[in-house]
Amino acid sequence: MNTMDKYISTVVKSVPPSGIRKFFDLVTQTKGVISLGVGEPDFVTPWHIREECFYSLEKGYTMYTSNHGLLELREEIAAYMKRSIGVEYEPQDEVLVTVGVSEAVDLALRTLLEPGDEVLVPEPSFVAYGAGSSLAYGKPVSVPTFAADEYRLKPEHLEKCITPKSKILILAYPNNPTGGIMDREDLEALTDIIIKNDLIVISDEIYSELTYDNKHISIASLPGMKDRTVLLNGFSKAFAMTGWRIGYACGHPDIIGAMTKIHQYTIMCAPIMGQKAAIEALRNGDTERKKMLESYNCRRKIILSGLKEIGLECFEPRGAFYCFPSIDSSGMNSEDFCEKLLVEEQVAVVPGNAFGSIGEGFIRCCYAASINNIENAIEKMGNFLTRHRSV
Amino acid sequence: MELKKKILGLIEHDAKLNPKTIAVMLDEDETVVRETLKLLEKESYILGYNTIINWEKFGEDGVTAMIEVKVAPEREVGFHNVADRICRFPEVRSVYLMSGTYDLSVVVCGKTMKDISKFVSQKLSTLDQVQSTVTHFILKTYKQENFIFEEPEEDKRLVVSP
Ligand SMILES: Cc1ncc(COP(=O)(O)O)c(C=O)c1O
Repeated sequence: MNTMDKYISTVVKSVPPSGIRKFFDLVTQTKGVISLGVGEPDFVTPWHIREECFYSLEKGYTMYTSNHGLLELREEIAAYMKRSIGVEYEPQDEVLVTVGVSEAVDLALRTLLEPGDEVLVPEPSFVAYGAGSSLAYGKPVSVPTFAADEYRLKPEHLEKCITPKSKILILAYPNNPTGGIMDREDLEALTDIIIKNDLIVISDEIYSELTYDNKHISIASLPGMKDRTVLLNGFSKAFAMTGWRIGYACGHPDIIGAMTKIHQYTIMCAPIMGQKAAIEALRNGDTERKKMLESYNCRRKIILSGLKEIGLECFEPRGAFYCFPSIDSSGMNSEDFCEKLLVEEQVAVVPGNAFGSIGEGFIRCCYAASINNIENAIEKMGNFLTRHRSV
Repeated sequence: MELKKKILGLIEHDAKLNPKTIAVMLDEDETVVRETLKLLEKESYILGYNTIINWEKFGEDGVTAMIEVKVAPEREVGFHNVADRICRFPEVRSVYLMSGTYDLSVVVCGKTMKDISKFVSQKLSTLDQVQSTVTHFILKTYKQENFIFEEPEEDKRLVVSP
């Protein structure tokens, strides 16, 4: 076959393929895998939400919505923002419904970046911010976070990475892959730096409902931060709605308006079925959501105690549904560890370096899996470690 | 009290959870959980552990009937004595006192329809207090004790995702 490589834009070429993708291909070739490698809830969307979607289809809601999304949904989102994080947004022009937080991340980056602007990305981090920044002609700059700090972003580490080109700071707490969170004091310690350096924050709060001790605090709720923050959230994690592809952005009307411009030409609107379901989730979804949270919390404890038992050191995650143990004691690097574990024990976990080079030496284990699978996976990992440590 | 309720909440839907796992889930000591479980059994908070089985898989599913029973209540004891007597038949699975047009709902299992009709005509209807019965046979079980009787839903997620 002819190579068509020369036709591909250099920007797209410059973005490395996702480390997760590579591992995914390997996993799909293996049979009988117990997977702690997923990034989504193990619940199916609660029935009442699915049922609301059927009803809307029966009623014939199969058309485009306003570019911003259904006003009814935006009103629910604004009300939810007020009650959950105490920030008021105007449903008319400060809320945009998107195709998942994924689209919202892309929109925000494209809206804000000039070519060459720098995006500060605390790592380990979800994979979209770096790639999204590059695709928007910006430059991702990784800011390290450490297990010793419970993966909180510390002002001293942030300050070291700021240059005159810095424009955006990504905050994604509760964090994928570490499970770290930022408490009010942690956020307060950053605001002076953010304001002094005139940064805009893209705050991806998709795991905001999945915290285990403290209620989630949004940076947008701190004095002087609302206008500087593009707040992103969605339905995928809290309501087990990953496949529906509904997220949203809240922020200053100028920024939301500009994001809407891209959205209207590239996407038109998020699918109406998902939007209808999302309204139901916000109106009546709390009971089921809390049940799921309880259940993740139980499993969080089980996996932590299991990891400890087999001698993998792990910081106690306070949010999301991941833990991020160190595999230092195995003497292997992340990719080797994950590949061997997959081949020898048919257990899938994700190599930490897929979330930035600072994730080397760690693995991400998702505990949105059945208790049985978690316990089996831990046992198999234990056997694996015993075998390799003694060699 | 709280711990008892928490433990019961966990094992209500999964009797196989072992004390060690329960202890981890509740941030409790394993021995405390073991002791509490023993106590719950001793004090009859926990009456027993059943298994929910789909016998249809063997093609020999047996017969279950729900029988509506009208009863003449007795002075001082109301429905209690007759309910108690009905409970003692081994073929009776459950007995409920109902509001509405009849009094007791009795669930009975047998191998064949004949077994059940025999039970109704010879044992149940002949009790002095029983005035009438209406027998409904269960044709198919779709859901029982929270479990849906189709093939279990498999995990449809991608095995690895960001
Ligand atoms: C931190 C983070 N942001 C965004 C997403 C994508 O969310 P959505 O399904 O809303 O596009 C994920 C999914 O894994 C995530 O972990």
